Amino acid sequence: MSALRKSSPLAVTGKYLALGFYIAFALFPLYWLVKIAITPDKLIFTEGTALFPSEFTFENFQTVLIATDFLSYFKNSVIVSVGTAAITTAIAAAAGYAFSRFAFRGKRVIIALMLITQMFPLLMIIAPIYKIVAAVGLLNSLTSLIIVYTAFNIPFATFLMQSFFDGIPKDLEEAGMIDGCTRFEALRKIILPLTLPGLGATLGFVFTAAWSELLFALMLINSNDTMTFPVGLLTFVSKFSVDWGQMMAAGVLALVPSCLFFIFIQRYLVQGLTSGAVKG
Amino acid sequence: MARIELRNIAKAYGSVEVMRDINLTIDDGEFIVLVGPSGCGKSTLLRMIAGLEPISGGDFTVDGKRMNEVPPRDRDMAMVFQSYALYPHMDVARNMGFSLEIRKAANDVRVSKVQEAARTLGLSKLTERLPKQLSGGQRQRVAMGRAIVRDPSAFLFDEPLSNLDAALRVEMRLEIARLHQRLKATMIYVTHDQVEALTLADRIVVLNAGDIQQVGTPLELYDTPANKFVAQFIGSPTMNILDIEPKDGRLSLKNGASLGLGLTNAQVGARELGVRPEHLNIVGPEEAHISGTAELVEHLGSDTNIHANVPGIGQVLVREHGHFALKSGDPVGIALDLEKAHLFDADGRRLAA
Repeated sequence: MSALRKSSPLAVTGKYLALGFYIAFALFPLYWLVKIAITPDKLIFTEGTALFPSEFTFENFQTVLIATDFLSYFKNSVIVSVGTAAITTAIAAAAGYAFSRFAFRGKRVIIALMLITQMFPLLMIIAPIYKIVAAVGLLNSLTSLIIVYTAFNIPFATFLMQSFFDGIPKDLEEAGMIDGCTRFEALRKIILPLTLPGLGATLGFVFTAAWSELLFALMLINSNDTMTFPVGLLTFVSKFSVDWGQMMAAGVLALVPSCLFFIFIQRYLVQGLTSGAVKG
Repeated sequence: MARIELRNIAKAYGSVEVMRDINLTIDDGEFIVLVGPSGCGKSTLLRMIAGLEPISGGDFTVDGKRMNEVPPRDRDMAMVFQSYALYPHMDVARNMGFSLEIRKAANDVRVSKVQEAARTLGLSKLTERLPKQLSGGQRQRVAMGRAIVRDPSAFLFDEPLSNLDAALRVEMRLEIARLHQRLKATMIYVTHDQVEALTLADRIVVLNAGDIQQVGTPLELYDTPANKFVAQFIGSPTMNILDIEPKDGRLSLKNGASLGLGLTNAQVGARELGVRPEHLNIVGPEEAHISGTAELVEHLGSDTNIHANVPGIGQVLVREHGHFALKSGDPVGIALDLEKAHLFDADGRRLAA
C-alpha cells in the first residue's frame, strides 16, 4: 500500500514544492542580507528591489572590519555568549539531572518557580534589573550581561536538559553502579557521554539567545568598549542616514559564529546516541 | 559463592507498605526463581537484594554479614536487566570488561577474561561492535557476558528473556541453565513466566501482592500447592476450580454430582476442588463423574485440549494426551482423578487429607 502511494508522482511533486516554498520563505531574509552587503552603496537605492545587483563589491566588509569598532563588538559578544552558554549549560545540566533522577522535597515548588520566571515580559523587569546592576557597580561590564543572561536562560535550559536525561534509561546507571561505579562515576562515564547531544543543543540554544540579545545589552552597556555586537549594529544608524551596506556586512559576519557552532554540533543533534542501549 | 538470607524484609514507599515479613534463605549455589503476576513485588525484591532499592525493614545478609546499607557496587552481585542495559557508547568488549575497568584490574587480566566469556557465549567475532549493531539475542548474551566476567558471588536476573521472541527465549533459557551448571553460582531469577520458573529453578518462590505464597521445588509446587493461588499460577493450562458442597461427609459438586469421596476431619471446611486439566479424562457415560458438551476442541498434536461446558458447573478444561477424535458439540463424559485433586477452604488454603 505505502509503496503504491509513494510512487504517485503528483504527491512527490507536491511534497517537494511545499518543501521548496518553505525553504525559500525561510532563507529569503538571509539572501537579502547578503545581497545588500555586497551591493555597492550607490546602487542600494537606485536598483531598489532587483533580485541581483548589477555590480558586486566587498568594500562594505572591508570598511566594517577596518574602519569601525566591529571587531571589538564581535569580541565582546563572543565573550558574553560563550560565557553565558558555558555557565548556563553547566548549571542546567546539574539541575536537569537532579530533576530527572531524584525525588526531593520542594521539587515541584522549584519547578513552578522556574516556570513563573518565564512568564514575565522582559520589559517589565528592566527597571529593577537596572537598579540592581547599578547598585552592585556592574554597569557597562560584560559580567553584568553574563549574569543576567545566565539567570534568564537557566529555567528553559534546565527543562531541556531534564528531557535529555529523562531519555536515558535509568537501567544504564543502575547497571553501572552494580558494575562498581559510584553514582558520580556512573554519571561521568555512562550518562555524560550519552548526554553530549543534549549538552550540544543546550549550548547552541543559549549561545544563540545571548548572541542576539539586544534589550538588556542596550540598557546595561553605554561605553563603546563593552558594546556587544547587536548594540554595535545600531551605531551604523546615525542621525541623518543609515549605512545599510555596512550594517548588512556586519550582520553577515555576525552570522558566521552561529553557523560554525551549529555545523560543529549538528552531528550530535542528529545522531541518536542512545540507540542500542535497551531492547531491540 | 554466597548464602543469602532475608529476614523479615519489608518495603514501604512513604507510608504505603508494599511488602512485609519476607523470609527466605538461599543456599550457596542455588538457583532460585521469584515468580508471580505483575505488580507482585518480585522485581522490587530483587532490586532490594541488588541494592538499587532501599530496604525499609528487616535484615538482609550475605554469608552472615548484614548488607542492608551496603551500596550496590560493594555487594559483589551481577545483574542482568530486562532491557539489557548495555552501555551504548562502548563496544561489546568494553561493555563486558567495564566492571574490571572500574575496579582497575590489570589490562591483560581484563582482556583474557573478556575473551573467555565471549568465547563461551559465542561472541568472539562481535567484540568490536557497538550494541546497536547487535540483534536482540546477541545483546542478551553480552549482558550475560558482562555478568560472567565479574565472577560475582551471586547472579541476579530481572526478567532477562521477556524481550526475546519465543524460539530465542527457549535457546537462552537452556544457555542460562548450562551457565548455572558450569558456574555453580547462586542465582536469583525473576520472571512472570511459569515455564521459565519450572525449567530453571532449584526452588521457586511464588509471590502475590507482596507476600510469599509458597517456596518449594517445581514438583512440590505442582503436586502440593499451598493454596489456590499457587495451584492456579503453576501449571499450564490453568487448574480447574470447581465449587463443592460437602454432603454427609462426602464430596458433591455444585450441580449435585456425587464424587463418592469421603472427607477427613481436616477437610470438612472444603469449599472448592482443584483438578488440573491433565488429571481429567474423557470417558464413557458409565464411568463419568460429570457430563456435558465439548464447546471447543484444540488439537495441539502432542495434546488435545477440550473445553467442555458442564451444566450447573460451567467451563471445565480437559487435557488428553495425543490426538483425540472429538469435535465441538460432541457430548462428553468426564472422570476426575481424585487422587490428584486438591481441596481448598473458604480462604483458598489447601486442605491436606
